[in-house]
Amino acid sequence: MNEILNWMIYHSPALIVAVPLLGAFLTILIGKIGPRIRNVFVIIITAITSFLILLLANYVFTNGIKTYVFGGGSTSIESSYAIRILFEVDGMNAFIAIIAAILPIVAIIYSWAFMKEHTGLDKYYTLILLMTAGMLGMILTGDLFNFFVFLEITSIASAALIAFYLQKANSVQAAFKYIVISAIGALFLLFAIALFYGQYNALNMAVIANNISFTFIDRIALVVLIAALAMKAGIVPMHMWLPDAYGRAPASVTVVIIGTTLASLYGLFRVLFTIYGKYLFTVDSSQIALVLGVLIIVLAVVTIVIGVFMALKQNDFKRMIAFAAIAEIGYMFLAVGSALSTYTFEGGSATISASGQMALKGGVFHIFNDALDVGLLFLVAGAVYYAAKETSLNKLGGLARNMKYTTIFFLIGLAAVSGLPPMNGFASKLIIYQSTFQINPLLAIVAILCSILLLATFVKVFYSVFLGPKLPHFTGVKEVPKSMLLAMGIIACIIIFIGLFPNLFVENVVTPAANALQNATSYIGGVL
Amino acid sequence: MLEWIEPLIKTLTTDSGFWNPIVWGIVFIVAFLVIYIIRGMGKIEYKKDTGQTQVFLSGNPEYDKEKMHVPGANVYWGFTEALKWLYNKFEKMHTGNVSDYVLWFVIIMGLFLVIIEVI
Repeated sequence: MNEILNWMIYHSPALIVAVPLLGAFLTILIGKIGPRIRNVFVIIITAITSFLILLLANYVFTNGIKTYVFGGGSTSIESSYAIRILFEVDGMNAFIAIIAAILPIVAIIYSWAFMKEHTGLDKYYTLILLMTAGMLGMILTGDLFNFFVFLEITSIASAALIAFYLQKANSVQAAFKYIVISAIGALFLLFAIALFYGQYNALNMAVIANNISFTFIDRIALVVLIAALAMKAGIVPMHMWLPDAYGRAPASVTVVIIGTTLASLYGLFRVLFTIYGKYLFTVDSSQIALVLGVLIIVLAVVTIVIGVFMALKQNDFKRMIAFAAIAEIGYMFLAVGSALSTYTFEGGSATISASGQMALKGGVFHIFNDALDVGLLFLVAGAVYYAAKETSLNKLGGLARNMKYTTIFFLIGLAAVSGLPPMNGFASKLIIYQSTFQINPLLAIVAILCSILLLATFVKVFYSVFLGPKLPHFTGVKEVPKSMLLAMGIIACIIIFIGLFPNLFVENVVTPAANALQNATSYIGGVL
Repeated sequence: MLEWIEPLIKTLTTDSGFWNPIVWGIVFIVAFLVIYIIRGMGKIEYKKDTGQTQVFLSGNPEYDKEKMHVPGANVYWGFTEALKWLYNKFEKMHTGNVSDYVLWFVIIMGLFLVIIEVI
């Protein structure tokens, strides 16, 4: 038994991508047998993938970096010149992979009932698994070109799923915008990779990080990477594709797309802290780190403010959540920018201040919380659409009378995303508020005020959708099927658990991830 | 025997503060009980099915319940109306045209490049 487990842990980085990838293509074949068997097959594939992710994460949090070389053998040949394709997993990858383990499994359980009435479900599940494989590949790879390939897989699968409601012109339009934006982002990413390859003859992140010297070409590559990945992550003013895509895709798909957005955000963090980390944080370049930090803070504040203000004005349930999701991404960006701006160069090495470290922890913690909180709200919006066939806040009303459990899940999501105690969102936002206050009180004030506005936004939804008298055209509305409630329940339970025991999660999962981000040398050491 | 509880209830310490939801929960329950006791000491004046329980809308008649529901667009109307100048700018930015989306990407990339190069 132990041998099998060890074998699984050893090969887990490859298996985590291979299992959903193989499962995706088999789904079409299994679907020929029958929908029930196909559904069971897809959930088994996702469960195996999630189990492997948890095994790998546990290994990494206990033993440190895990490097997996495809084809076996050493990671490097001839004086640290790595040519092999490899996956390198440290605390940060493992942390993001846990998010990617939760979201697809919840989306698939939710889809059983939510998508039941639709045709083309073999292709739907195939694309969900492809998207999962691509997302996990982006997260685990240690190779920049691999990252590009997996980004493309994710983008194509996501675009096809956004256009799932083919009969609706808005869905097709949203998918078109998404694929254009994704293609441009990927193209620029490829351009940056080409610049690295031209300079260092390498595609491996650790090798590039080890050799980076911040030449003119490196600086161009940095700017291109930041802009491309920030656009994929939905940073204002490059966020406009996000409300279209999140708002028009089926709710179950949106939940997985949240994961892919966060995978792009992870890519951005990896670029800043690992690929450029050795240069930025080990030589006297604290001024560059400061400027980068300030630029990121400015973008973050704009993202939070515009996200929240636009959310407050929306009258479509899903579009409103999409704008709130943009604001939430701003909080993570704010924390990372604050951390970058506190780097100082003393005694031959760069150090991050205590408040900067705390900000980084808060930002990393908030990535997890955002995926859960926003994911839950989208599932609730999907449930409302499933039951009432309506997402307009002007037309909905009084649904709490017919949909008691959905209302409870919405309240949990509302409290979590607005940062109300004792939910998980409060713990991460508290860390962000306190750390940014020490860096600049104004940042904390803006962050808190926008959180209050976010609460006001969701109170509007609560009032418009769930409260009020029973409307005549919604008298026949019933609570959603059990599988949809189960999916929402899983996320709600995790939210409450992390909310009640935040220290357990921060100590064992968030801190190793934040430490891994700060330690570019260890990441490089995993290969060279 | 109960060592497993310790890591669960451990307080989350931030750089300048702390957060323990269990303590917060206990304080919340105690505060709720105190409020409940004080409320219980008040005068019971509620009488079911009397004029006391009827809706009062400044003397205006009450509409049918369906007509009383305020749609989402009307919630925070005052707030959005007061900030119309700001919202007009934000909405102008969201054209829905994918070419504009790409333009913003190019602007941000150019801005970053100029700032990084100037340093």
